[in-house]
Amino acid sequence: MTDITKDAITPPRSFLSQDAIQVFYRLLAALLICAVLAVLSDSFLSLGNILNVLRQASLTFFIASGLTLVVLTAGLDLSVGANVALSACIAGTVIHTTGSPALGILTGLACGGIVGLLNGIMVTALRIPSFIATYGMLWVLNGLTYWYMAGETLHGFPAGFRQIGSGYLFGLPIPVYLLLVFLGIGTLFAQRTIWGQEIYAIGANPVAARLSGIPVARRLLLVYAVSGTMAGLASIIFLSRLNSAEADIGESLTLPAIAAVLIGGTSLFGGVGTVFGTFIGALILTLVLNGMNLLSVSANWQPLVTGVIVILAVWLDMKTRHRAQ
Amino acid sequence: MREAAVVAQPNPLQRIPGVAMVLVLLIALFSVIAPGFLSVANLSNVLVQSTILTMLALPMTLIIMTEGLDLSMGAVLTLTSLCVAIVSLATKSMLLGLGAGLLVGTAFGLANGWLVAIVGIPPFVATLGTLGMAQGLSLIVSDGQSVVGIPHSVRDIYSATLLGIPVPIVMALVTYAVFHVLLYHTRFGTYIFALGGNREALRYAGLSPNKLLIAVYAIGGAMAGIAGLLMTARMNSGHPTAGLGLEFDAIAAVAVGGTSFERGNGWLLGTLLGVLSVGVLRNGLNLISLPSSVQVASVGVLVIVALFLDGLRSRA
Repeated sequence: MTDITKDAITPPRSFLSQDAIQVFYRLLAALLICAVLAVLSDSFLSLGNILNVLRQASLTFFIASGLTLVVLTAGLDLSVGANVALSACIAGTVIHTTGSPALGILTGLACGGIVGLLNGIMVTALRIPSFIATYGMLWVLNGLTYWYMAGETLHGFPAGFRQIGSGYLFGLPIPVYLLLVFLGIGTLFAQRTIWGQEIYAIGANPVAARLSGIPVARRLLLVYAVSGTMAGLASIIFLSRLNSAEADIGESLTLPAIAAVLIGGTSLFGGVGTVFGTFIGALILTLVLNGMNLLSVSANWQPLVTGVIVILAVWLDMKTRHRAQ
Repeated sequence: MREAAVVAQPNPLQRIPGVAMVLVLLIALFSVIAPGFLSVANLSNVLVQSTILTMLALPMTLIIMTEGLDLSMGAVLTLTSLCVAIVSLATKSMLLGLGAGLLVGTAFGLANGWLVAIVGIPPFVATLGTLGMAQGLSLIVSDGQSVVGIPHSVRDIYSATLLGIPVPIVMALVTYAVFHVLLYHTRFGTYIFALGGNREALRYAGLSPNKLLIAVYAIGGAMAGIAGLLMTARMNSGHPTAGLGLEFDAIAAVAVGGTSFERGNGWLLGTLLGVLSVGVLRNGLNLISLPSSVQVASVGVLVIVALFLDGLRSRA
């Protein structure tokens, strides 16, 4: 108990903390997977494939980075995939009707953020457990999106807008730059700001956090709103990458995002984990799925493998932490 | 221990208003705005269509009473439905098909229980993982295609009648009776109340909460197997997305029915009324030509409102 509180109050972790060691193990695992894939498949090490992996990982990371903050508070946001779908469809409509990508991007981010805020209100003001509140939200959003789209597909967006998801700058895909930017912002926010540290404290011990004067409800609202806004951002990248929007694009996004967070070492029980870890988690998951693809394993296997990975990741996390205590 | 379990039991009279009012309100609403809602044919249709949900919502009640959750139920039902279709197609035997569905469903239930009780993974993540696994296996065994041409013996289950009552309704009533006896009139039922309300007491009484928890999840898996037979019979085929989201309707029925997510008490009759509420809501919206997407969103709103009221009650 005292340990947890001390941990929560202690300012930013030093570089060789438990977290750094955990991230180091995961980097090793990612390298190992790369080595295995390089041996098994000739095309793995091609420049095109590596850029593809990075781009794919960045899409998962955008959703997973906001989710990481939620999981750090011992919550969960199951609505992120459905949020991406709704935000993409609404942003797509705005771009089509107004012809202005900027307005579309703002609408997408706002839509994602508002959904996140509603999640936050359900968790804080209505005191519904987060996993069930966001699960309810998932189906509300799903229904809204299908109703709104009525089976239609939006496609054909301005060339400039499509650059966001599919363009290159100095040989690297643009999403990769965005990934670096948000990785930096996320890490700085979580490790080097008071709000970030308060989020860790809430996850580690909500009662102690409240007693030490942290505005728990406001921080939780922030965390869910950030998670929603990042889903909105992901929706923009998806929209410009696919150059189309359909009601079902979010259905296969939630489980991989949760998997990335958990592989990255963020504990479901709150208070432990890093945004950088989530990046490694997204990379590992993408490498595995990419490897299956290169080895011509049918895409039908992806949900099965992702499900197994989610369970293995939680199990490993619990095992290592149990030993550490 | 007995005392603790008795204290955890709800007072049904306190609850009847909530869910019964929802049901009566929905029926009144749709009798006015949806022409044809009150016809005998439509009402019996609602009942028959609610049978699969009943078979999921009853075990879901037990699981939620243990402060757990099973998000994998819809995906497992999809998988068992495919197993029923594939095995009955290959062997021409309805019973072997049902056996295969039961086996696979129970295996998933045991896996869920093991992950939750022994490994200690929070239920919503453990069952989210098995959801992915069941969904993946469904795609793999069916190769993403429908399984058609299943024998008549399977299809007839859905359309046959017993003493003038459709067989699915008979099955649902029998299931309800079994669950009622199990929960309220056996020692196992008392233990389930204690699992949610007072797990320590079970341990002091020399019982293994883990084994009981595994049993509760296994029952959920087995019921998904039986419901899989009904699903295959109803669709006259196996389809890799047949049960998509059904677990949500089941959770909705339990939540509307007044079973608490936090206090480990449950009420089976409430769940049954909750199932009917969800069934009436979907049927009524369908009659006034609102697409299934709106139905899904309405069920979502129903759950959030029910949980909000539950939260208010638990604070009162």
